[in-house]
Amino acid sequence: MTVNTGSFLGRFLLPLLFLALGASGVPRAELTIEIVGGQEGAQPIAVAPFALEGGVGPAPDDLAQVIAADLARTGRFKPLPRQDMPPTPPTVEGVELRDWRVLGMNNLVAGQINRRPDGYYEVHFALFDVYSGEQLANMSLPSSAADLRHTAHRIADIVYERLTGLPGAFTSRLAYVTSEWGVDGQRVTLRVADADGHNPQTIVASKEPLLSPAWSPDGRRLAYVSFENRQTAVFIQELTTGRRELVASFPGINSAPAWSPDGRQLALTLSKDGNPEIYILDLGTRALRRLTDHPGIDTEPAWSPDGREIFFTSGRGGDPQIYRMSALGGEPTRVTFTGDYNGRPSLSPDGRSLVMVTRVNGQFRIALMDLATQSTRLLSRGGLDESPSFAPNGSMVIYATQSNGRGVLAVVSTDGKVGQRLSQDAGEVREPAWSPPPR
Amino acid sequence: MNPFPLSPVCLANFHEGARHTPEDDRVIGSLLLSLVLLLALGGCASPAKQAEVKAPGSAATTTALADRPGPPGLNDPNSPLSKRVIYFDYDSSTIKPEYVEILRAHARYVATTPKAKVMLEGHTDERGTREYNLALAEDRANAVRRFMRAEGAAAAQLGLLSFGEEKPTQPGQGEPVWALNRRVELVY
Repeated sequence: MTVNTGSFLGRFLLPLLFLALGASGVPRAELTIEIVGGQEGAQPIAVAPFALEGGVGPAPDDLAQVIAADLARTGRFKPLPRQDMPPTPPTVEGVELRDWRVLGMNNLVAGQINRRPDGYYEVHFALFDVYSGEQLANMSLPSSAADLRHTAHRIADIVYERLTGLPGAFTSRLAYVTSEWGVDGQRVTLRVADADGHNPQTIVASKEPLLSPAWSPDGRRLAYVSFENRQTAVFIQELTTGRRELVASFPGINSAPAWSPDGRQLALTLSKDGNPEIYILDLGTRALRRLTDHPGIDTEPAWSPDGREIFFTSGRGGDPQIYRMSALGGEPTRVTFTGDYNGRPSLSPDGRSLVMVTRVNGQFRIALMDLATQSTRLLSRGGLDESPSFAPNGSMVIYATQSNGRGVLAVVSTDGKVGQRLSQDAGEVREPAWSPPPR
Repeated sequence: MNPFPLSPVCLANFHEGARHTPEDDRVIGSLLLSLVLLLALGGCASPAKQAEVKAPGSAATTTALADRPGPPGLNDPNSPLSKRVIYFDYDSSTIKPEYVEILRAHARYVATTPKAKVMLEGHTDERGTREYNLALAEDRANAVRRFMRAEGAAAAQLGLLSFGEEKPTQPGQGEPVWALNRRVELVY
């Protein structure tokens, strides 16, 4: 789906000066992942090293390692350490399943990489049920050298889907904000990385704060808030070209962008009429429609996946609480009633639950709320946790937290059982946003 | 010459109806008060750094606010005008009694000096969500603006900016640090 970017918008588009897709001079600090929490009940699986056939040249990425790490991060799988594996079979056909049965494996992923004369690769893999001998998947994926890691994530998606019945989220991406202090002041960047923290790319760099990145439903653009002109403004930026447009720069606050599921509208917070209210901006016509009308604070809009409702944070009742209302307007109804601080809602892909920031005994934590039963479960244990965002398959939630006084990202499964921490060598990481499923 | 090149239209942003959040009564100790005083005497926000990324139609938006002459008494520790930061209770936009005289002095100065302009810059501590804090910080700046309007300052002389929790004046955590970050700075 594409948003109309006709001539009216065209004149707002401009090349971004500080676009740096892996360019020199930009630190390419990768997010390092540390898995926290138990792996109780995790299925034993082996991902044998993929043998390389044909041609000469540098060995490609260790695809088996990428796949195994993807599966391990979900907490549902416990990949066999490589040193415990029998010798690598040279081809998928050469696999001896009994070698893996004695090691207690339920499943085996085996594969080989064929280098074609034109420099491209053919990645052939099979997923075995070690006991029945059945092949649950057997396919060949063509890949450029640069896309090999991505191909490994695709294989992990397929393996995960075949074994759990749920789509994987390994080919999705993360947007996040980093902040570092140097001799010439603060350097803030908005970055996009693969879901495993690799391949970070700087989308925009500024000396002033950036916040609230929001993915377009097609995964091609990010809306975000920038203080680069001292006052907040909302921009939309195309990831591949770096072209961006200024979509909101009214007097007062311009913030909290959220795309409608069809990508045609942007909900956002503006205080141009005196205090923060939620508006809906039609990206095609530029028509602006005010949704809320209350002297209290209204902000942090989030769409329901069917596009019919807006959930938001409001201070109208005295404390910040979450409310919901029709995206067409009308009276909001209150959603949260427990505690004196519930904010920043984000809906699950199936629309049945939401994650939010809640205050419990003075600690700000991430909570998951079932909308039908109103039952709420805490997902995090920090004191300043914020900015929760669902993985596109709804199985995990990423959020910002603190570790030793430093901003890091954390991922937790929605059952709260397994988590990961993503941090950088230096500086703070915050404001994570998980991309929609790739198309 | 536009005295508020950063956000000229925000001067029209005056609003009467914004809500005060209920006061969360906290006793701030004498240590904190002395810190407050030190900070106030030490001056306030530095001018904005030029952004690396420019938005359309807003080139050269940043001028050095500090270069503009301020009111007399700005650097006289005996003048209430030298105090240009006021502090708030947690999740509150209510102006505390101890800051009334300071704000009244600034309002009178602005009211009697037609050329004077002051930017009211709202901030919060790091607790709570970033977007809600952006709104809360604006609410604080609005509370100061309402007060100064009531004391005779003209709307066109009072600019308003919200930085939310993005520009803490103190690093670290804990109530003494947070208390210093919950503030409105008056920038002439």
